[in-house]
Amino acid sequence: MTFRYDAAVAGRGVDVAFEVAAGETLALLGPNGAGKSTVLDVAAGLLRPDSGRVELAGRALTVAGAGGRDVLVPPHDRQVSLLAQEPLLFPHLSVLDNVAFGPRSRGMGRSASRDVARRWLAEVGIEDLAARRPGEISGGQAQRAAVARALAADPRLLLLDEPMAALDVAVTPALRQTLRRVLADRTVLLVTHDALDALLLADRVAVIEGGRIVDHGETSRVLSRPRSRFTAQLAGLNMLAGTWDDGAVRTATGLRIEGTPGDPAPAAGADVVAVFPPGAVSVFLEPPGGSPRNALPVTVTHLEPHGGQVRVRTTELSADVTPQAAAELDLAPGASACFVVKAAEIAVHAL
Amino acid sequence: MAAPSRVGVPSWIFVPAVAGAGFVLLPLAALVLRTPWARFLDLLASPASTEALLLSLRTSATSTLLCLLFGVPMALVLARTRFRGQGVLRSLVLLPLVLPPVVGGIALLYTFGRRGLLGETFEVLGVQVAFSTTAVVLAQTFVALPFLVVSLEGALRTAGQRYEVVAATLGARPTTVFRRVTLPLVLPGLTSGAVLAFARALGEFGATITFAGSLQGVTRTLPLEIYLRRETDAPAAVALSLVLVAVAVLVIGFARQGRSSL
Repeated sequence: MTFRYDAAVAGRGVDVAFEVAAGETLALLGPNGAGKSTVLDVAAGLLRPDSGRVELAGRALTVAGAGGRDVLVPPHDRQVSLLAQEPLLFPHLSVLDNVAFGPRSRGMGRSASRDVARRWLAEVGIEDLAARRPGEISGGQAQRAAVARALAADPRLLLLDEPMAALDVAVTPALRQTLRRVLADRTVLLVTHDALDALLLADRVAVIEGGRIVDHGETSRVLSRPRSRFTAQLAGLNMLAGTWDDGAVRTATGLRIEGTPGDPAPAAGADVVAVFPPGAVSVFLEPPGGSPRNALPVTVTHLEPHGGQVRVRTTELSADVTPQAAAELDLAPGASACFVVKAAEIAVHAL
Repeated sequence: MAAPSRVGVPSWIFVPAVAGAGFVLLPLAALVLRTPWARFLDLLASPASTEALLLSLRTSATSTLLCLLFGVPMALVLARTRFRGQGVLRSLVLLPLVLPPVVGGIALLYTFGRRGLLGETFEVLGVQVAFSTTAVVLAQTFVALPFLVVSLEGALRTAGQRYEVVAATLGARPTTVFRRVTLPLVLPGLTSGAVLAFARALGEFGATITFAGSLQGVTRTLPLEIYLRRETDAPAAVALSLVLVAVAVLVIGFARQGRSSL
């Protein structure tokens, strides 16, 4: 079920190529206007590219400008489902019939498709809302129903368009956990500008900027060592993987990092990742004594200007300091230092 | 609940506004005042009146069905597709909205009449359209169709295509999308469009008398009957007029309900 995409839309200045392997989730990360929606439109068959080829599991979905006959398989015949920012549940149908819509459209009988729908509603944890109308449930519940609806259609490729962007921040962690569970082993293209979505949901990340892919690779590499301006600004996150142990993340190298776990809190011994932005890091030469904060001994590898500040890099982490501070500390490649971060600034996510 | 405060309108504006409202309401009041209430039911029960009323209801219902049959696809094509000359076509299709009905009647006569464009074709088939009940239905459909197309096209544009896109990516064929998503979503707009079309058909006069004539029981609809009675039996004309006013009030009520539920 490999998805291969290589298409150019001249009118929108978007020309990208990438591949999503079967069972893999690729995050297409980029700022607004970078061309993410254009890619989704082409993948879903809503937009004809000027040239290129889109292929799913060996079947050509879109072929344009190749000299031969153009192909544009209509959206309903692609087995590609789209989950948008907004749930867009059909307002005149019950939640159950919304989820049953896909199976029913593919020719399944009424009661059989409702059985499928019930299973998916249970999978996303809202089986008790089956009889409600979309207007009678909350935004987070509606997005869960939309996830169930997209998956019930049994797509070979699932397109997610910023699925968390329109939701209240209070409900996003739980939905993210649900997505992690139901998206495992599925072929998924996730479009987002949130590095955290990419970190928690994607196996690989492709960064799109100005209609081109400027960086791609494994999620942790792209996010911790960004090669593009956008990822450096919006992502550039520090990430330390480890296990959850008594309110702290214990890393493989023996560090203990206190952080703030998301909801639900990870189980003891669970694999987790501690995430914090470079701006949350203070740099000292010696560990400050008697401080309740996390102090991480590091060796500076290089320094670079970063938006009026200096980004101090080590092999694993980054910190942003003012030029004055960098001068006072006399930081230089090879120097020993101590990165200090408050526990409140460190978000801990279950992996 | 407190009313939202807004910038007031100049006070002098109420004078022409009230005068205008009076201009619309006064004739209705006059009609009610002149209605011979004592003989009201007798006047309505005369054979000519009942025949005209039933003919009007029958033909208007038929032409509303025809409007739905042709108007829904027309509105869908206008709202959901793009092609060269679409703007011009839309204007031409909506022409009957502004065309004097008499002109419409003449045009229909030269299309479906015995000497008309399609008249000979119909003649071969043994059908004579002009001056028949069919002609009444055609005249009413001709003038009412744009009402349905306009209000449905507006509803379709307001609804947008986002739900239709989702439905398609879930594997629904275009016909399924139309039946299970598009139509239910625009149902209020469709209802009010159909009600408006019915009202326009019911009141149709000019095109009908030109194209279908005025034959009692065959083509003499209620508006025609009212016009003819006015000379010979004014109280009956007033009573019949009041029936049409009542229908109009009902129609506006329906159409408003359709709007507000959008």
